[in-house]
Amino acid sequence: MSIRIEHLNYTYSNGTVFEQHALKDINLELPDGQFIGIIGHTGSGKSTLIQHLNGLLKATSGTIYYNNENIYAEGYSMKQLRSKVGLVFQYPEYQLFETDVFTDVCFGPKNLGLEKEEIERRAAEALKLVGLGEEYYKVSPFELSGGQKRRAAIAGILAMEPEVLVLDEPTAGLDPRGRDDILDQVARLHQERKITVVLVSHSMEDVARYVQRIIVMNKGEVLYDDEPRKVFRHYKELEAVGLAAPQEVYLMHELAALGWDVDTDAATAEEAAESIARCLNKITERSRPC
Amino acid sequence: MLREITLGQYYPTDSVIHKLDPRVKLAGTMVFIISLFAFGKIESYLVVTLFLATVIRVSKVPFKYMIKGLKAILMLLMITVIFNLFLVQGTVLVKFWVFQITVEGVKTAISMAVRLIYLIIGSSVMTLTTTPNDLTDGMEKSLSPLKKVHVPVHEIAMMMSIALRFIPILLEETDKIMKAQQARGADFESGNLIQRAKNMVPLLVPLFISAFRRANDLAMAMEARGYHGGEGRTKMRPLVYQKRDKVAYLVLLGYFVLMFVVSRLNIIETVLFGALGW
Repeated sequence: MSIRIEHLNYTYSNGTVFEQHALKDINLELPDGQFIGIIGHTGSGKSTLIQHLNGLLKATSGTIYYNNENIYAEGYSMKQLRSKVGLVFQYPEYQLFETDVFTDVCFGPKNLGLEKEEIERRAAEALKLVGLGEEYYKVSPFELSGGQKRRAAIAGILAMEPEVLVLDEPTAGLDPRGRDDILDQVARLHQERKITVVLVSHSMEDVARYVQRIIVMNKGEVLYDDEPRKVFRHYKELEAVGLAAPQEVYLMHELAALGWDVDTDAATAEEAAESIARCLNKITERSRPC
Repeated sequence: MLREITLGQYYPTDSVIHKLDPRVKLAGTMVFIISLFAFGKIESYLVVTLFLATVIRVSKVPFKYMIKGLKAILMLLMITVIFNLFLVQGTVLVKFWVFQITVEGVKTAISMAVRLIYLIIGSSVMTLTTTPNDLTDGMEKSLSPLKKVHVPVHEIAMMMSIALRFIPILLEETDKIMKAQQARGADFESGNLIQRAKNMVPLLVPLFISAFRRANDLAMAMEARGYHGGEGRTKMRPLVYQKRDKVAYLVLLGYFVLMFVVSRLNIIETVLFGALGW
């Protein structure tokens, strides 16, 4: 179920004074079951890129293959594609419209033309996945708290049971607790369902903890595409494009500069702590009086 | 897709017309429209065409932007022409079955079409060369004498500029919600009329909610910054007439006088229609 992007270009308002090249010659392969983070500054083209993945935007030039099928080919069903590639937009709670939470989550599967029982089964399962219990089914979505609204909206996409889940800044505007809840749920989903997850963010800290691969976007181009620890080695270059590596990376590099023998590739707080502890152990062993 | 729609449709470039005081452009548009409808001789249409062509040329805005606005009135234009063509009484020119076309019908149909087209193009020149903010500023200043009779001029201008400011925001919002619902399999393009209207619900409900939310936020933000209406409010860039504005007024006056004089003449019509024997 891989997605392959070849020489993708996208220009806004093509042919007018407002012309703007949003994406320039993007080549990417998103294999099955990977947990991928796309990172970039505001206006780097990351949101534009993901809207191509389910055909909401049509590339100015270039091709996208889903399962080796060209999605721009004559007669390719966009509706089918959209049920396979679930896209959760930024602030998805603004798309809620039904009278109660359950009916709203049913909207997606209903559009797929499924049986009533199947629709309800999927909706119930999706709501369970995001941690909204039955007591919320008949509540108006507009009476929920911010974090609950967001989860209800994400459930609306999950109910379509996509093979690829794309989330655009799912944690924007949430408190740290709500942020961790959502990201943990997404990570669990990735593990249990074995689906591909693409997480778009501008925060390295959010992403580093979860993803296996980071794609850094800058000015409509792919700047880096590698494992987190390898991407963070370029922390100085990342700063130049308005991004920052997680705090741990800075800490480790400063410790290394002071002569500590620590692993400068540590990408998460846990790895960093372990590495520092190991180093401290060594020091205490060495300075032990004979 | 909604990005393509421009409303308020300012076309940014550097021309004399762009730099003119918005009050001049407002007055100019008024004079143009009045002259268009007050004088109906062939000579006066020639002068109008010449004037309009010159202004468009000077404004440096591509002509295709000017005629974009015509799409919206195409239907109205066709109805006007057809009704005038068939329903005006007078000397019969062609006759078939119950329909008849008269000389007077042809004349009114053509002049109505020309007037409507020029009306749209003429006002497009104004909106294409003036930012919406300048336009409301100009209106507020021009209408300020009405304050004496308790017309809330400032409030009206403020409402207008807020409304104009919100159009692109709401368009963008519509685009966003539309995409979000399409990602959930919504279909806005197919089905019959009732089906389509029903399909709009997932778009309209969130849109209304977000419009109210934004209005609330804006009201709060304005109050937080001490907004209390137009009383004693000063401008950062007050409108002051420059030399070019005065020249523009003179040009307008000259144009109007020329139109008046030309409309007294009747040469082309007499010669042309005399030759045709009408």
